[in-house]
Amino acid sequence: MERAGSEQNKSSLPLWLLAEVSYKCPLHCVFCYNPVDYARYGSELSTEDWLRVLRQGRELGASQLGFSGGEPLTRPDLEILVAEARKLGFYSNLITSGVGLDEKRIAAFKEGGLDHIQLSFQDSTREMNDFLSHTRTFDLKQKVGALIKQYDYPMVLNVVLHRLNIDHVQQILEMAEQLGAEYVELANTQYYGWAYLNRDKLLPSLEQLQRAEEVTNRFRERVGSKMRIFFVVPDYYETRPKPCMSGWGSLFLGVTADGLALPCHSARMLPGLTFPSVRDHDLRWIWNESEAFNAYRGDGWMKEPCSTCPEKVKDFAGCRCQAYQMTGDAANADPVCDKSPFHHLVTDTVERVRIQNAAGESSSELFYRDDANSLRLTDTVKAPSA
Amino acid sequence: MALTDDAVLEISRHFRFQWEPAQQMHVLLYPEGMVKLPDSSGEILKRVDGTATVAQIIKDLETAFPGADLRGDVVEFLEHAHGKGWIRTK
Repeated sequence: MERAGSEQNKSSLPLWLLAEVSYKCPLHCVFCYNPVDYARYGSELSTEDWLRVLRQGRELGASQLGFSGGEPLTRPDLEILVAEARKLGFYSNLITSGVGLDEKRIAAFKEGGLDHIQLSFQDSTREMNDFLSHTRTFDLKQKVGALIKQYDYPMVLNVVLHRLNIDHVQQILEMAEQLGAEYVELANTQYYGWAYLNRDKLLPSLEQLQRAEEVTNRFRERVGSKMRIFFVVPDYYETRPKPCMSGWGSLFLGVTADGLALPCHSARMLPGLTFPSVRDHDLRWIWNESEAFNAYRGDGWMKEPCSTCPEKVKDFAGCRCQAYQMTGDAANADPVCDKSPFHHLVTDTVERVRIQNAAGESSSELFYRDDANSLRLTDTVKAPSA
Repeated sequence: MALTDDAVLEISRHFRFQWEPAQQMHVLLYPEGMVKLPDSSGEILKRVDGTATVAQIIKDLETAFPGADLRGDVVEFLEHAHGKGWIRTK
């Protein structure tokens, strides 16, 4: 039975199931969207838990499955989950840094029916010099890249851009070409979790952004169709919000390492909502009935200027987490929208960062995502609702 | 690109064609995405199996759905699917 609140989304199914199987990660990226207090969370789901989640998700209609984290390869049972996913009929995607991907594992993934591997680059963290000087990280990526080709996967690279690496787009693209990438996603950082904490250090200037786009366009012209390049701009420079998750509870269902079901990657930060655990509830109830998944479904919850805005059907009022982070109320319009009375919070941030950089000021520390920082920072930073 | 009658077609690498019970329709799945297929397109792609030629696919469809002249529509869809990279010639 559908609840009245979800009536307008009756036909919507959680087509995308994201399994963030572990918060463990060998890397310490400053732009990570994981929650800052991840080190305080409870134990990881068991293999049995995940198998149950996969079965329930598939029954509910999910067809795309992402294995992510943290670094999903830290789970020694990933091979089991991959094989079950294929049996169930998922199209499964492994989203990985490649650290820990050796021939034995990739052979098992292929055998088990993994469909796709997205290899991400973490340059610009502690590995940046490494990367730019083509040493250890580059060697690893080359090795993993060769394995990906050898096992007949498409070569899909994801590089997160920000102020500290965006001027190297040319080198990044040349490296991608050298690796034989078929798809490259140059994704500017989205400011959640660790990235939000490091925002003043990571936000590129408009000039940097424009230069990077020019370089990308020239590169596209040269390589033609052999390499498709996607360039995702940082939404702080936009005047309309992104259609976050295609709407809350519309097609995305994420499950965290410790078992919480979330309508978006970052929803855990939102106050006043209790996100259900897959340990206590099945996915069908969670998707259809839980208060959390119905909280911002449809448009009944919207306030002005969204509730009467003709564009609400296109962008769903943007991102709830961004609205909460910047305005203190998740039901407000995403302040990226220039119709929002809080839009100045975005433009002020851009301006503040511009002035800081022009003055050569270093106003804030750069926080690496690691357990020690997670514990240290969440003594003082307001912990998101657990 | 025009497809000849004797072209043998298969679903492209990295695409998967399957029936989705929850949606009651055929879909094409690819990295992080999906194409939902109307019934007629599903019936056509069901017959793209790496052995059948374009002519055989048309003949088979005309047997399954007698009375209709399907050639034009089938060829049009196959060329569309080929242009999109969903299917390829063997």
